[in-house]
Amino acid sequence: MSTEKSRLMKAWEWHEQRLPIGHFLDHSLGSKYPAPKNLNYWWNFGSLALFMLVTMIITGVFLAMNYTAHVTLAFSSVERIMRDVNNGWLIRYMHANGASFFFIVVYIHIFRGLYYGSYKPPREVLWWMGVVIYLLMMATAFMGYVLPWGQMSFWGATVITNLFSAIPAVGDAIVTLLWGGFSVDNPTLNRFFALHYLLPFVIVGVVFIHIWALHIPGSNNPLGIDAAPADKIPFFPYYVAKDVFGLGVFLMAYFAVVFWLPNAMGHPLNYVPANPMVTPPHIVPEWYYLPFYAILRAIPDKLLGVVAMFGSILILFVLPWLDRHPVRSATFRPIFKIFFWIFLANAVLLGYCGSQAAEGWPLIASRIGTFWYFFHFIVLLPLLSWIETPKPLPASISQPVLSPAE
Amino acid sequence: MRKFLLAAAAAFILPTLVSGAPAFAAEEVKPMHREWNFNGLLGKFDKQQLQRGFQVYKEVCASCHSLNFISFRNLESIGYSEDQVKVIAAEYQITDGPDENGDMFQRPGRPSDHIPHPFANDQLARASNGGALPPDLSLMTKAREDGPNYVYSLMLGYKDAPNGFELNPGMSYNEFFPGHQIAMPQQITDDRVTYADGTKASADQIAQDVVAFLHWAAEPKLEVRHATGIRVMLFAFLFTVLAYFYKRRLWARLEKH
Repeated sequence: MSTEKSRLMKAWEWHEQRLPIGHFLDHSLGSKYPAPKNLNYWWNFGSLALFMLVTMIITGVFLAMNYTAHVTLAFSSVERIMRDVNNGWLIRYMHANGASFFFIVVYIHIFRGLYYGSYKPPREVLWWMGVVIYLLMMATAFMGYVLPWGQMSFWGATVITNLFSAIPAVGDAIVTLLWGGFSVDNPTLNRFFALHYLLPFVIVGVVFIHIWALHIPGSNNPLGIDAAPADKIPFFPYYVAKDVFGLGVFLMAYFAVVFWLPNAMGHPLNYVPANPMVTPPHIVPEWYYLPFYAILRAIPDKLLGVVAMFGSILILFVLPWLDRHPVRSATFRPIFKIFFWIFLANAVLLGYCGSQAAEGWPLIASRIGTFWYFFHFIVLLPLLSWIETPKPLPASISQPVLSPAE
Repeated sequence: MRKFLLAAAAAFILPTLVSGAPAFAAEEVKPMHREWNFNGLLGKFDKQQLQRGFQVYKEVCASCHSLNFISFRNLESIGYSEDQVKVIAAEYQITDGPDENGDMFQRPGRPSDHIPHPFANDQLARASNGGALPPDLSLMTKAREDGPNYVYSLMLGYKDAPNGFELNPGMSYNEFFPGHQIAMPQQITDDRVTYADGTKASADQIAQDVVAFLHWAAEPKLEVRHATGIRVMLFAFLFTVLAYFYKRRLWARLEKH
């Protein structure tokens, strides 16, 4: 027995010398990767996002085996998955609701970074990679929503691709290129399917860089101060155990929706096959785009609306230079903290306005909300960097409370 | 633990907040609300009711509305035996072919056939219905906001148009239809069908039965979904409890230092 084991160990070591995969994993997510010991549960959402990415790819591959990317067959091939493919209903509901849960997790992950200043030096490139992942996710989810070829698929695709026509001079040519023709039709569906299958693997690549960039400075923490080696604990087993527990809680929320409210986050009209001759009374995108849709419609000029919508995400790239306050965590920035919560509330308000018809008070509210969104980044954050006096920072993670007597 | 609860609450509450978000056309009337036995944690269909609903579909709806995604074989899951399904299918004439001479021919339906469309094409359907196209019903209860309640309300929502309401010729007034003008005349009245199982066919009963049947047609895997869900949730709960105590014991080591 013992010789057998040592033989196995020898084989493992032989392999490690040639391709150190165990070494690599141990240094990436294992016992050789030290993480600050004070990470709270908001830090669970990074691993949850990775879990959702993997879930989406696995369910997506099985869906692709049964899906037909043709305008005459796409809708009924999805219904065939729901009715005749073994456990097809489960795979599709996991995938469709998985998109929503992926966004919920990623939004919490982003707002955690905003609150604790995770975008500040030395984590700017890490932050950039996160914004790239977010943009890729938006593109992937948008094209995925088109694939069932229901009414909202078709009209959502029409509205969103038409945005590009606002670009001066080349706009119409770009739209024709996106469509592969002169309207949203079979070539559009085909290229969207191809790209919807491709982009997740691009996301995997950027996630790899994101995690690489994370490993250079290591994780930020709720106090936002640099963690001394003595204040770090190995990722395995401590944070792996914590992430697994968090995963269990998350799964219960996810499964509750998959098994009991599988259509609550989708639009009913997507169960009506696409019909280019019938425009729905009210075209709304999926919920995770709604704040940006509100910004788009808040501005009366089409081109400026498109610029504002894309600008509202692209501005995140320069966030590390807009907020130059040396203190990372909002815990020690009482004024920033208030404006963080106002910003979050404003984003939710914009989301609500995006779900409503662009008229009456929701339109006025979305204009105020759009103003506030940019005001927060362009005026407030640079101003606070100048004037805000932070609370005294702890000397280290082990001594979080500074008592003046000592 | 407090922070964990906050994080967990966010993960739970966010989806419920956003689920209400996508809004629908503004002037719609909220449908009447019923408790359906297919809703709820262990919601199930009542097979007897589904068979009554199928009878209503066959005798009332099917002359205009197709049920494209349903084959006769699917009727086994509403409680008909294999032989009964064969008999039901054989009542229909299906166009098949071409045969060896290149001709299409009629033959009795088989369990593998889809329920045939009442009209050869959409144009014929419109021509036979005053220009309106009767929609396919396979997914109707999922294709409308609050679908089962909406269809139920629509079936019972026919009224005389209020004074001053301009009703176009050939249209009917319906309280629950967007815009209140509907091309389909009232179909469901007391004793419109005579139920094979002897149930009293009040208009309300017929509306309930046909809604249950249509919801089965839209979501045939509902029962297995609920049953699987319970087992998956139990597993996830036990997994989470174990993970929690394991995590706590592991982290207790750190506090000793």
